[in-house]
Amino acid sequence: MTAERVLRRGDDSAVLRLSEAEAAEIGNDPDTMADDERVLLNMGPSHPSTHGVLRLMLEMEGETVLRSKPVVGYLHTGMEKQAEQLSYLQGCTNVTRMDYAAPLFSELAFSLTTEKLLGIEVPERAVWIRMLMCELNRMSSHLLFMATNGMDLGAVGMMIYGWREREEVLRFFEMVTGLRMNHNYIRPGGVAADLPDGWEEQIERILDITAPRLDEYDILMTGQPIWRDRLQGVGVLNTDEALALSATGPLLRSTGYAWDLRRDQPYLAYDEVDFDVLVGSYGDCYDRFAIRLNEIRESMKIVRQILEKMPSGDYRIQDKKVTPPPRVRIDQSMEALIHHFKIFTEGFKVPVGEAYCAVESPRGELGVYIVSDGTSTPYRMHVRGPSFINLQTMPHLMKDGLIADGVAIISSVDPIMGEVDR
Amino acid sequence: MSDDENTAAEGADTDDTTAPAEDEAPTRELRYDAIVADSLGDIVLHAGRETYADTMAAAKDDGFDQLIDLTAVDFLAFAAPRGLPSGVEAARFELVTQLINHTSGERLRVRVQVPADDPTIASLFDLWPGCEALEREVFDMFGIEFADHPDMSRILMPEDWVGHPLRKDYDVGAIPVQFKAASNIR
Repeated sequence: MTAERVLRRGDDSAVLRLSEAEAAEIGNDPDTMADDERVLLNMGPSHPSTHGVLRLMLEMEGETVLRSKPVVGYLHTGMEKQAEQLSYLQGCTNVTRMDYAAPLFSELAFSLTTEKLLGIEVPERAVWIRMLMCELNRMSSHLLFMATNGMDLGAVGMMIYGWREREEVLRFFEMVTGLRMNHNYIRPGGVAADLPDGWEEQIERILDITAPRLDEYDILMTGQPIWRDRLQGVGVLNTDEALALSATGPLLRSTGYAWDLRRDQPYLAYDEVDFDVLVGSYGDCYDRFAIRLNEIRESMKIVRQILEKMPSGDYRIQDKKVTPPPRVRIDQSMEALIHHFKIFTEGFKVPVGEAYCAVESPRGELGVYIVSDGTSTPYRMHVRGPSFINLQTMPHLMKDGLIADGVAIISSVDPIMGEVDR
Repeated sequence: MSDDENTAAEGADTDDTTAPAEDEAPTRELRYDAIVADSLGDIVLHAGRETYADTMAAAKDDGFDQLIDLTAVDFLAFAAPRGLPSGVEAARFELVTQLINHTSGERLRVRVQVPADDPTIASLFDLWPGCEALEREVFDMFGIEFADHPDMSRILMPEDWVGHPLRKDYDVGAIPVQFKAASNIR
């Protein structure tokens, strides 16, 4: 195996390195293309299968894709710049809007990095609540993938089923955090609120509903000849290429490379739960589909263990520097009111330094790098968005394939444009 | 945590402010021809701008098989002490690259000072082609150019955008929305 294919720079590369101006020129005068048979085709940014606002510039010969270029930035709102204006407590409201299908992971990575800079450790129960919420979020994110992957490939029934199961998880999120998405639930110092009464029954219910439905997916998709023919052998990537292109998550694991931060560099309490890291063997779209489907089952396994092991105690650190006083104290004490007011207006100061923390999001390694200058807002916050980096594999996966397979490939890379563009 | 503790922690990180200078030189550790430092338990290498590509190539040969992240920081408005080890001259920009060794699980952060008057540095494309989008992002946001990059163009902002948004002298605030088709762009 070799990564030679992805190292090419010139015209034989899979990446179309063409500026807008050059593309416009070709559009005005198609004779400038190297070959009469070739056309330049734009797919997106507004296309049902591009998961938001991804645009692909494709060099086509008939129905075959030669070179391609993902054009991104349509959703760029300068969230990293914005983070420099927001306090550490407000920061989570910002990062949670990046990967909107898995918002809790961004909050977690941001909180872990802030806590590393502060040098604080959150209570046991907060750790386990974070883990519970993240695994549920992984389930909902992969269920969303199941839905969109099905829809992109014509299994429209799957779209409805995926959304249906995801809704069950989102309903639980609403019960715990108050919102279905963009939770701002995991915060530096712990989580925003304790789990509500009866949460165990709700989780049991979700697990009981989801397990047989995943078996239905197997009947509907996994074993189906049409589904297999559509995905097997499409968009093949090998391990060396995935490593060279900085790909992480299911994309890397589909090539047969067992790397999962939860197991290999455990954060939270992942070293205390038992689960399997799933790998593929061919690195094609089918492997990526199967990995995500079975990762839902692994997440359910983890959630069941969390149900048994959930410790009691505080859900946030009782460090007066980062934790606002309890709501009832505000009515009783002037100091508590001032304290509350100070934390929510000025925020807490974070020691000078820089730190990077990474978590395994449903799409790969999600890392947050913060440089602090000792004030209450980050001097610089950078998010390593796995979607943004995984997107680079797309031209290589699409090269010499049919444009119809391109849709399967976009779907199987599973980019979330909010995280790509930030 | 009290303020005293904060300053104590700071002092431990910033060797140049607390430790006497003569103690520094003999204990200075080098790895892949770059100065080794510690940042809250993470290994940080301070590479020189000219030797950056060689340092990275040596790290790759030593088992750091994947480039995880590449970004930059603009220190123009940084009021606190930079905390750089002796022998590293502070510059306005800093390029921060994260590597990982999947066999040992070790992570490495390489920081390089890039001066404002000549913001160029070598591209890592031939070592890890996965840096392509990240280097384009740094170019787009900070205006740092990567020599020998296959496609040094903007990635998030429109191609005809003026300025580099993540620079500290690029103000936040009301900027009129630009449309490519508009005749009076700035």
